[in-house]
Amino acid sequence: MIQGTKNYIRFLWRCGRIAFVGDWRYYAWMGCLSIFILFGLNAYAKQLVHGLYVTGMSDQVSWGVYIANFTFIVGVAAAAAMLVIPVYIYDNKELHDLVIFGELLAVAAILMCLAFVTVDLGRPDRFWHLIPGIGKFNFPGSMLSWDVIVLNGYLLLNVHICGYLLYCRYQGRTPSKWFYIPFVFLAIGWAVSIHTVTAFLYVGLGGRPFWNSSIVGPRFLASAFTAGPSIIILALQVIRKVTDYRISDKALLTLRNIVQVSMLINVFLLFNEVFKEFYTRTSHVASSSYLFFGLHGYHALVPWIWTAIAFNLISMFILVLPMSKSLKYLNIACALAIVGIWIEKGMGLVIPGFIPSPLGEMVEYMPTLNETLVCLGIWAFGLLAYTLFLRMSIPILQGRISKSNEGAADDALFTKGPNPGNSIPDSSHAQTAHS
Amino acid sequence: MLENQKCKPGGCGGGGNSGMNRRNFLRTSGVLATGIAALAAALSPLRELTDQGSWEQFFQKHYKELSKDDMDKVLARITREVEAQYQIRPHVKDYKPMDGVEFVYCLNLTRCIGCRKCVHACVAENNQSRDPEIQYIRVLKMPHGSFDMEKGDHNYAPESVPEKGFFYMPVQCQHCKNPPCVKVCPTKATWQEPDGITVVDYDWCIGCRYCEAACPYFARRFNWTTPKIPKERLNPNMSYLGNRPRKQGVMEKCHFCIQRTRAGKYPACLEVCPAGARKFGNILDPESEVSYILKNKRVFIQLKEEVGTSPRFFYYFDV
Repeated sequence: MIQGTKNYIRFLWRCGRIAFVGDWRYYAWMGCLSIFILFGLNAYAKQLVHGLYVTGMSDQVSWGVYIANFTFIVGVAAAAAMLVIPVYIYDNKELHDLVIFGELLAVAAILMCLAFVTVDLGRPDRFWHLIPGIGKFNFPGSMLSWDVIVLNGYLLLNVHICGYLLYCRYQGRTPSKWFYIPFVFLAIGWAVSIHTVTAFLYVGLGGRPFWNSSIVGPRFLASAFTAGPSIIILALQVIRKVTDYRISDKALLTLRNIVQVSMLINVFLLFNEVFKEFYTRTSHVASSSYLFFGLHGYHALVPWIWTAIAFNLISMFILVLPMSKSLKYLNIACALAIVGIWIEKGMGLVIPGFIPSPLGEMVEYMPTLNETLVCLGIWAFGLLAYTLFLRMSIPILQGRISKSNEGAADDALFTKGPNPGNSIPDSSHAQTAHS
Repeated sequence: MLENQKCKPGGCGGGGNSGMNRRNFLRTSGVLATGIAALAAALSPLRELTDQGSWEQFFQKHYKELSKDDMDKVLARITREVEAQYQIRPHVKDYKPMDGVEFVYCLNLTRCIGCRKCVHACVAENNQSRDPEIQYIRVLKMPHGSFDMEKGDHNYAPESVPEKGFFYMPVQCQHCKNPPCVKVCPTKATWQEPDGITVVDYDWCIGCRYCEAACPYFARRFNWTTPKIPKERLNPNMSYLGNRPRKQGVMEKCHFCIQRTRAGKYPACLEVCPAGARKFGNILDPESEVSYILKNKRVFIQLKEEVGTSPRFFYYFDV
């Protein structure tokens, strides 16, 4: 037992150490992210002092880019399931070794979600009121209390799965199936639940007809399963570019199939919603009118939503055409999908729900600089966390850091710096990518 | 600032087989110092934090879990805090609901002239922030013949009211029987009292603003920054669930002037109304004015009946 703990602490220590080692690109990247994080912290410190007054929010538009980003990123976290399902249900071999990158992305994404919710709180000092058992948890009544449970549960599940698999690989032993397969399947269902619950946060509000629509949940999932795997496609290419970790084109193209189908469903559901709103034209069309065309002379969101729609449509066309079998076009499609869905889930879903206000008042919303800096800080934090996770896990997956080379090997490893960038073997595959 | 990321102890500091030599040590410490300095600079605005609150308040339990003794201590703390801030000794009480009472509000749309006296009386009574000013009541100027609130004017400012061709509709918390705000609150910081008043525990609210999103009546107001009230304007008769001064980052709203109505008085908005458009009372008392109105007048609407909130606030016409 004591030896086990010792081993585990040693494992953590070595992971922690490697996180601070890399080539100049690694330091430049991490340094850049740290600067953004510091600016974000500074902006958040100002917000703590002066209140949410420093944001663009008001009593009329009481949620802004914090919750918008939160909504988008919950989807990114949920998308890890899109890597897990092919592997564990359809026994896909190509993606097998990549599952862990998806799950690490989910962990980083959930950390970002928690950060976005925290910065949105007026009284973060009272967070303990939300802790079941200690505080006063309104469960099952409040959808927000469900969200607290599913998000933290999902975080724990993924931390367990990744942590366990990596530690087994480190120790050079085969993972015990009973210790992770049940959790993998639980995590698949759980991934769907985090985004469904987040959708229900909005759907459950009868006083906001723009959100109170049963299609919001399915739309959330479709857009998440488009944007999430798109991010993974891009991330995997970065990984194979800056490290010598082998990732086959076939794996990327399998993910392409997922993005392709999800994007078609996503656009189809959007079309359904647009039809229902504008064909019937009940009084509930006001928010949609404001979003798509402007209302009573207010049209701050119009350029945003049309950009999103254009991006989504272009991305969809590229994805369905054979051209996206070339990584160059696939990357463009993915980037467009990510930005398009980010706008649509953020500015396009959260903000118009508040405009016009329930009493018909038109008050627009635009994020302030301070608010934007906080958001950038959290994004930088998420990227930093994901980079760190990858920095630690890739050498373990490659067997460079393992129990067998503990001790003397460490120094050699660290002084040379197992620089991911210019390492020797197997880097040829990166060039074959563009076929 | 970039420098500080280059190295952390145990990272590149550990160069060479001999462990940390002097140069490495200096470099690592330098980098670490820069990092800490950058972090301190980033967090420096926190020095301006004036209202840090007390441990006593931090560990305070939810309203419903406070014993009589606990509540006495809490009221003493609030008295101390108000006195320190405003140099006025307040009378803070925790007014309890009366048995056999369910409050209901009736508003006569025929009579309302849109003067907004209720809006300002409410602010004065309930110690809302004056800068920025928080108002619980919103009066809409509506064109005759329509009940589409999108056609309402929130910012009307003519020389005199009423104007021809319009009617006026004040909206405040409707004290719903099925309040969506209460349903969505993740910490039960807002709830419905036995006498029908929906209240907020300002010391328990975490400021997530989910209730504000859920309310179909735009009744809730958030303290986006520290509320400011001039000393001479402070109303010293306060209640825990009512008009005691609030802090930054919490939600508030109309509470039917709990400090008045639970002591047998009318709400401030009713008392000030020059047109007699506002009626308030106990619906469980068949002799009350509100009972009479609901039985005999054309009670025209519970606002947004279709959302199923079942308000205790009724609009009616004199016909």
